[in-house]
Amino acid sequence: MSELLLAGGRVVDETGERVADVRVVDGVVAEVGPGLAPAAGALVLDAEGCVVAPGLVDIQVHFRDPGREDAETIETGARAAALGGCTAVVCMPNTEPPLDDAGVVRSVLERGRNAACAVHVAGCITKGRKGEQLAPMGELYDLGVRMFTDDGDCVADASVMRGAFEYLAALPGSVLSQHAEDPALVRGGHMHEGAWSARLGIPGRPAIAESSIVARDIALAKLTGGRYHVLHVSSGLTVELVRAAKAEGLRVSAECTPQHLVLTDAACAGFDPVFKMNPPLREQSDVDALRDGLLDGTIDAIATDHAPHAPETKAAPFEEAPPGMLGVETALAVVLTTLVEPGIVPLATALGALSWRPARLSGLDAHGHGGPVAAGRPANLCVIDPAARWVVDAATLASRATNSPWHGCKLTGKVRHTILAGTPTVRDGAPTQ
Amino acid sequence: MKHLLAVEDLAALDPAGSGAGREPDLRAGIESMLDLTASFVEVNQRDIPKVPALRGKTVVSLFYEDSTRTRLSFETAAKRLGADTMTFSVGTSSVKKGESLLDTVQTIEAMGVHAIVVRHSAAGAACRVASWTSASVINGGDGRHEHPTQALLDAFTLRRHRGPSLDGCRVAIVGDIANSRVARSNVLALRALGCDVTLVGPPTLMPSRLDGWPVTVSYDLDDVLPDVDVVYLLRIQLERVAGGVGDVRFPTLREYSSRWGLTAERAARLKPDTLVMHPGPMNRGVEIAAEVADSTRSLVTEQVANGVAVRMAVLWSLVGSGGPVV
Repeated sequence: MSELLLAGGRVVDETGERVADVRVVDGVVAEVGPGLAPAAGALVLDAEGCVVAPGLVDIQVHFRDPGREDAETIETGARAAALGGCTAVVCMPNTEPPLDDAGVVRSVLERGRNAACAVHVAGCITKGRKGEQLAPMGELYDLGVRMFTDDGDCVADASVMRGAFEYLAALPGSVLSQHAEDPALVRGGHMHEGAWSARLGIPGRPAIAESSIVARDIALAKLTGGRYHVLHVSSGLTVELVRAAKAEGLRVSAECTPQHLVLTDAACAGFDPVFKMNPPLREQSDVDALRDGLLDGTIDAIATDHAPHAPETKAAPFEEAPPGMLGVETALAVVLTTLVEPGIVPLATALGALSWRPARLSGLDAHGHGGPVAAGRPANLCVIDPAARWVVDAATLASRATNSPWHGCKLTGKVRHTILAGTPTVRDGAPTQ
Repeated sequence: MKHLLAVEDLAALDPAGSGAGREPDLRAGIESMLDLTASFVEVNQRDIPKVPALRGKTVVSLFYEDSTRTRLSFETAAKRLGADTMTFSVGTSSVKKGESLLDTVQTIEAMGVHAIVVRHSAAGAACRVASWTSASVINGGDGRHEHPTQALLDAFTLRRHRGPSLDGCRVAIVGDIANSRVARSNVLALRALGCDVTLVGPPTLMPSRLDGWPVTVSYDLDDVLPDVDVVYLLRIQLERVAGGVGDVRFPTLREYSSRWGLTAERAARLKPDTLVMHPGPMNRGVEIAAEVADSTRSLVTEQVANGVAVRMAVLWSLVGSGGPVV
């Protein structure tokens, strides 16, 4: 019997918060309450002054494995995620080869088995992510896949998307996630179409490219009764569409990234491709709308779109560099620093969007502790020191790549311990493996 | 001023500097560069148009995009200042073997150069190069972003005819504004010098957002022409085939020409002293009629001639030792 005691912390979960120790026995929460005495031989982890929360769940990461292991691997990506407080991630299927095949999915899940967090995957909607024929979603479903997406590319063909929605009815509990950018409207574009793109002479990717696809997909979800999730919402127009769809009772959810909640297209003014991503960073009015959406629940989840790129690919002119930025190790601290500490978003709202809400919408029932951190639940937890101050150094992040837009930023709040099924994956801020 | 990447960098040449608690003034900086250009025009009129101001310095032209006048102009300028020059053009270089921009810059840097003139099809390329080298970097045109020496030579040319003050000078810039680095740099420079700038062209060739641009916009050339002092025509990019998939710039070249081209009939309705400018290369019969390009209103060849003097002034400012022009 192995026991672990998180001592002296403040438990924050979906049901509220209380000062309590958490006793974990054999990977399961055994007791939650103040002043628990450790059993002999128990591992006691100091949580004094810390928030003890359900482990974070990042439902949109790119670990580049297989295909671009020079940028990230499942091992390094999961370690970075654990350092960021995650106990589970959902890997996007735009690997090389893509996750449109049971054999490839099986091998990724196998490699994820010993990683520092639970590694789940999203499967492709279409074969080869070409947007033409359905991928074998049922075979992937049988391997446990619940999210389907062609992320990186939009399923642009309305008929294919409709067919995928209809097929979903045979796969209970699954959801279609869309990278919503109409390829025709973003053709040749590299940043948000707005005052900055006009000034910098960089061709734009207009916000309407996102909202026009979301409007269409919501109509298809309504027609078919399928579940729909919008990946990395970036524009205020899209927030409005999702809000209206939810009010109508449709099964629609949405996520946004920390970077879209904090940064604007003005970050591109220095032509540094570290700020390039798809969908692009937009305007302050969009940032404000996303924050409103987070506060009123329209935005269900904060997911990072963690997108490592080998350094030589980003050492290029903006228009020639690939889109994407690191995020999994910094997401919590960025949210705490920019939204929670200034009083814009309550801590519980932020943690909900980082943990139990994405866990629920992606079907990861062992994570997020939907409900209280209580006896009998799998012990997937993170311990956050909300007062710890640190400076992001892209070179020392656990990811293989260094393309972090937060390099040099002073952040407040850091993960002290991460507990995966009762075992520390991060202890005193350092990875255990 | 270490680099010239964009027109706004010229503010650093404000003789009053940033003293007295004020921001350096862009107009004063540009005017100082134009004044300096005048002394190089004088050098260029000598029997032997050469001064030793940059002797021992090396200037590299790093051209990732085809160019005739800009490259020749910079190289002529460097040679007349006594600098050694090297030319790097993509067609004959290791870029064909897959060498990246960063590696290319580091290779050039290792040879010990003092200035790199960069021409590239991507916006911000010169800015990226500047972050990788200790040499001075001059933007010789980066994608759709800026072409600051073009704006300087245009301002210099215009000032010779309408100056020294350009306050209130009405300039219409006509054509593909959205895709033009010349338009961006000229708007900034001409506006700083006091010109009133009107952008004219099809709505599809206007930047999608013009917040903060100190300009008026018109889609009707005939409406604008009677009042302007200068018509500045931009090149229509014929290499982007009109009518290709997704090309919604304008229906046909003939339609463009009939609505936004400076035809002989339109030129006849200009004020007698209205000037015509074009950065070249011209598409005669598209944005400008041949007889207009060759008319006495046209400053096209003068622009080219002044380009050499402007680039001498820029090189001298960036890599000269600060001594007299001689």
